[in-house]
Amino acid sequence: MLSIENIIETNQMIRDNKLDVRTITMGISLLGCAASDGKTLCTRIYDHITKEAEHLVATGEAIAQEYGVPIINKRVAVTPISLVAAGSDLKSYVPVAEALDKAAKAVGVNFIGGFSALVSKGYTEGDHRLIASIPEALATTDLVCSSVGIGSTKAGINMDAVAEMGRIVKQTAELTADRDAFGCAKLVIFCNPVEDNPFMAGAFHGVTEGNTTISVGVSGPGVVKHALEAVRGRPFDEVAETIKRTAFKITRVGQLVAQEASRRLGKQFGIIDLSLAPTPAVGDSVAHVLEEMGITSCGAHGTTAALALLNDAVKKGGLMASSHVGGLSGAFIPVSEDKGMIDAVSVGSLSLDKLEAMTCVCSVGLDMIAVPGDTSAATISAIIADEAAIGMINNKTTAVRLIPVPGKTVGDMVEFGGLLGYCPIIEVSPFGAEEFIQRGGRIPAPIRSLTN
Amino acid sequence: MKLVVTVVGIDRVGIIARVATVLAENNVNIVSINQTILDGIFNMIMMCETEEPTALQKVQEALTVEGEQLGVQIKAQHADIFLSMHRVG
Repeated sequence: MLSIENIIETNQMIRDNKLDVRTITMGISLLGCAASDGKTLCTRIYDHITKEAEHLVATGEAIAQEYGVPIINKRVAVTPISLVAAGSDLKSYVPVAEALDKAAKAVGVNFIGGFSALVSKGYTEGDHRLIASIPEALATTDLVCSSVGIGSTKAGINMDAVAEMGRIVKQTAELTADRDAFGCAKLVIFCNPVEDNPFMAGAFHGVTEGNTTISVGVSGPGVVKHALEAVRGRPFDEVAETIKRTAFKITRVGQLVAQEASRRLGKQFGIIDLSLAPTPAVGDSVAHVLEEMGITSCGAHGTTAALALLNDAVKKGGLMASSHVGGLSGAFIPVSEDKGMIDAVSVGSLSLDKLEAMTCVCSVGLDMIAVPGDTSAATISAIIADEAAIGMINNKTTAVRLIPVPGKTVGDMVEFGGLLGYCPIIEVSPFGAEEFIQRGGRIPAPIRSLTN
Repeated sequence: MKLVVTVVGIDRVGIIARVATVLAENNVNIVSINQTILDGIFNMIMMCETEEPTALQKVQEALTVEGEQLGVQIKAQHADIFLSMHRVG
């Protein structure tokens, strides 16, 4: 039997602390769409996505209505297009991106991920064509997200790809200069990418996945912060315990929604991603959770330790609440999407260097960070290399989503809109790494890759 | 299907009567009622049951209209969200 307190607590989480399910993401395999004729390929892709995801949005909305919990995003992730289009006669994969965009609009999702290539160890012809198509694809489509895996613990780091991605980020920024380089907000460069991530912009449907799966990303930094307000001044044991209990409750909602969506749509349940995902709204910030622990402003000394505790406790609490946990599962620290991070950059407490340190202990990496428009391609590549090294050595996913905004410099404000938020431009090191990036080749896989 | 109906707002005559009438009209049975006045604010939680799987949406719509007329917030939710969050097993 439910107690009155239980009901009030749940509804308070939803109403006052912004508890929501961040995304229901349908992963769709496009491997069966392969065709040698480019037009046929695009038609097959469009037809398959619109058939599989036809009821996704309506089902998500019905579940949200019945349970009274908001489900913010409905999204689609597809097989990396570099694989799907590899056997086609297309020289550029922009038409495929356009087909994805059209399909996403037809089914009503707000993003579609999978304009991707995985080149940790080397390139295929399809990978080359896909990566070369990224700037134009992101400039000419609205909803397509792109990701490129340039390294892994098992394969090492493909430094040719790291160098190329620095140039691709710059080109994407230039082609979308009129929208504050918005194209770069849809491009993620990964080390150790995961195949079942439901969060954008890095979602794709890996080749080890089934035909179609339903995965859910939860949220709830506001709920965690509210819970921690009750243990102010108490030892960390109690802080960790409070976060675990809260994460359990949040994840149970995600599990319920995932099971229900999977049942109603007749698709396999994939995973729950335990990530704490912030939004720019007041009361939905990961930075504010860290500050609640006693950090004056996010980025101050102690922030990394606070984040490490938060990240670990969220996993421990969420793990038992779901039958299958996967994806990225950790705290996100996307600067422009988190009110506390935005404020911390504005007051000068949070720097790129501190963010890099924080990525060692949480999920993902340097995310949604606006940098000066005159940042060189080599510097962006060097930042990608540093982040990839952290991921490779620590056997974790790391990513870079940097936005070099043309014509803007340190302190200027950039507005992306909606969940992507806004942020001030952050400073990068003025010292270059051109010769380091020019070397190319591969950084060998680390000793910890030899686990057999 | 088990439903939870929550009502919050300024107290006035007839809230329970009118919410109960809407539920009865939609063939929803009330299992328990917990109601109190806190600082002049009316708070009520009703546990309900219905045999009709499509009843929830109709009840939600009818209760929203009734809530607007009464000047209170009425929410009807599938009970599973509370059971999932607060019950293991």
